[in-house]
Amino acid sequence: MAQIVIDRIRKEFGDFTAVRESSFTIEDGEFFMLLGPSGCGKTTTLRMIAGLELPTSGQIFLDGEDISQKPPSQRDIAFVFQMFALYPHMNVRKNLSYPLISQGMPRAQVRAKISEVAEILGIKDILNRPVGGLSGGDRQRVALGRAIVREPKAFMMDEPLGALDAEFREHMAEELRALHDRMNATTVYVTHDQLEAMQMGDKIVVMNNAVVEQFGTPQEIYDKPATMFVADFIGSPSMNFLRFDGVIEDGARWVSLDGVTLNVPRQLQGAAGTLVFGVRPEHVALTDTGRYRGKILASEYLGTTQIVTLATANGEIKARIDSAQTAAIGETVGLEFDARKITLFDEASGTAIRSTLNSEVLAHG
Amino acid sequence: MSSFSVTDPSPRSKWFAGTLVILYALITMVPLAWIMLTGFKSPSDAISYPPKVVFEPTLEGYVNLFTTRTRQTDEYLQANPPKTWYEEIVREYDMVIAGPSKFGERFLNSVIIGFGSTFLSIVLGTLAAYAFSRFKIPLADDLLFFILSTRMMPPIAVAIPIFLMYRQLGLSDTHLGMILLYTAVNISLAVWLLKGFIDEIPREYEEAALIDGYTRFQAFYKVVLPQAATGIASTAIFCLIFAWNEYAFAVLLTSGTAQTAPPFIPTIIGVGGLDWPAVAAGATIFLLPVMIFTILLRKHLLRGITFGAVRK
Ligand SMILES: Nc1ncnc2c1ncn2[C@@H]1O[C@H](COP(=O)(O)OP(=O)(O)O)[C@@H](O)[C@H]1O
Ligand SMILES: [Mg+2]
Repeated sequence: MAQIVIDRIRKEFGDFTAVRESSFTIEDGEFFMLLGPSGCGKTTTLRMIAGLELPTSGQIFLDGEDISQKPPSQRDIAFVFQMFALYPHMNVRKNLSYPLISQGMPRAQVRAKISEVAEILGIKDILNRPVGGLSGGDRQRVALGRAIVREPKAFMMDEPLGALDAEFREHMAEELRALHDRMNATTVYVTHDQLEAMQMGDKIVVMNNAVVEQFGTPQEIYDKPATMFVADFIGSPSMNFLRFDGVIEDGARWVSLDGVTLNVPRQLQGAAGTLVFGVRPEHVALTDTGRYRGKILASEYLGTTQIVTLATANGEIKARIDSAQTAAIGETVGLEFDARKITLFDEASGTAIRSTLNSEVLAHG
Repeated sequence: MSSFSVTDPSPRSKWFAGTLVILYALITMVPLAWIMLTGFKSPSDAISYPPKVVFEPTLEGYVNLFTTRTRQTDEYLQANPPKTWYEEIVREYDMVIAGPSKFGERFLNSVIIGFGSTFLSIVLGTLAAYAFSRFKIPLADDLLFFILSTRMMPPIAVAIPIFLMYRQLGLSDTHLGMILLYTAVNISLAVWLLKGFIDEIPREYEEAALIDGYTRFQAFYKVVLPQAATGIASTAIFCLIFAWNEYAFAVLLTSGTAQTAPPFIPTIIGVGGLDWPAVAAGATIFLLPVMIFTILLRKHLLRGITFGAVRK
């Protein structure tokens, strides 16, 4: 079991940069999420950790040892491929035994190990089947089996649920998480699905356009986004952005939007120009008394809650409120925001302005 | 699929297609059948007109193909009654068997040179195709074009330089020389065909093997090769058919030790008149190895010949 430190790795394909100076640390036993939109460099990062791609610069440490230039066979890291990549000319048992045979493990031991893993994954009865005819779920299990059978230091998983039906994904996600909790092996998991990342991960790295935007626990990433990209990418519906021109002094506790004073966490940094008032829909309340006003445009009923869309002087905003509360379309209502949960951003750079809310997170992100 | 499916052909068009295929097969099979039948005819039946479809089969052609014969005096024939069935056949013409003909040797040469060059083409072609498919090779496209360009003229156009070069190097009329020559001609086809097949094999399989602790070469031959079996089989058949049937270079560069069957078979004609049954017998036997090879590999071939168009 292992700790993995990624230190300023960079990957160029010709003159295209797929990953740019990324650094983060994966602690021993963590279920670690690499999250970002398609094409942002997640797979490339994962492949560099596994050794399928060598970084152009930067280092990767596995338990303190620099492995960035080693061949994959010497890293002791398992990889679950996006499309599983089971050896098509072998049956399930052969697929599972393949990583053990390369280590020169005696036959009897291989058999014992395979039946143990098959037991864990519930694939005992398909061991002698060719992999061609297996269902998506069984392929997934065999791919996992091939990874866990050799007890590697760490697992890399590239969108392992991406090839499964939506219905089955959730079930498999639970299985995966249970498997991890049982084995406690360091796992790096790539996904573009923010819900999956929030549900399953101990830690999340959010990548965009070849750079790491933020790195932290799901709560930190959700509550204290470091950039507007993260704030927008995480959460459904995503964070509201109310744009305004203004100046913030170091130590400010409020901002003024459309002439209305709104409380915010104490700011630890000055800023000026076009600023963004970021608030999650669940931190917006509709009241009669609120001085900041919005006109209700639409309402989407979700059972216990509803999402109300309003037009304000600073742009559209969505509020998640109790579905019992009435929200008549066309009506103008007052809005109140949970002052402790507000993040201000600098529009030009897209980064969060430091405040008592997020200063700790920004320091290591 | 039900008969109402839009993608399924209707019974009528199926019937039509079937008839066409059978007709085509008949047309192409007639010369083959002709040759095979002629091999079992007597010389007079072979040249009779109209051609005989019903005749009394004899192995005379085959005996003549494999032996050399001499005429003997009546006393000799009387004193030495025939001991074997093939001597008996020869006695009808008052001849005795003097020894084996060169056909066996020439046939063996064909086997050695044909299969040898096919094997070499496949080995080199697979390695080159793998490299072109998987590694970053400077000027890869230009190199591939260059390799293909060796096929843009008929090989025989370079016959004279090759003839002179081979004489200088002592490769004329040697097995090695012919194997190298046929390999050189076939390798461009092999590289291009195999590259197509290997390109189709997802890299993930090899990468999985690398992750599973194998070296790149182990990943190549344990994972890539089995996947490429289809392509290798069909490429091998193309290479073998070329090397097996090649006539011009064989005439030019071989005369004795390394002479292959194609230039030899027509020379049977010269021995005591036109021995058509023996020529036909030679052609029939000559067909067999490629036929057997193709039948053995046909399972792969049928899938391979579409060049991966419908794999997965
Ligand atoms: N071998 C390669 N050669 C050139 N470009 C590549 C290669 N691999 C990935 N890329 C490019 O790098 C970018 C990041 O790819 P990838 O890491 O696969 O993204 P993700 O997994 O986040 O979707 C993409 O634009 C992709 O086209
Ligand atoms: Mg990817």
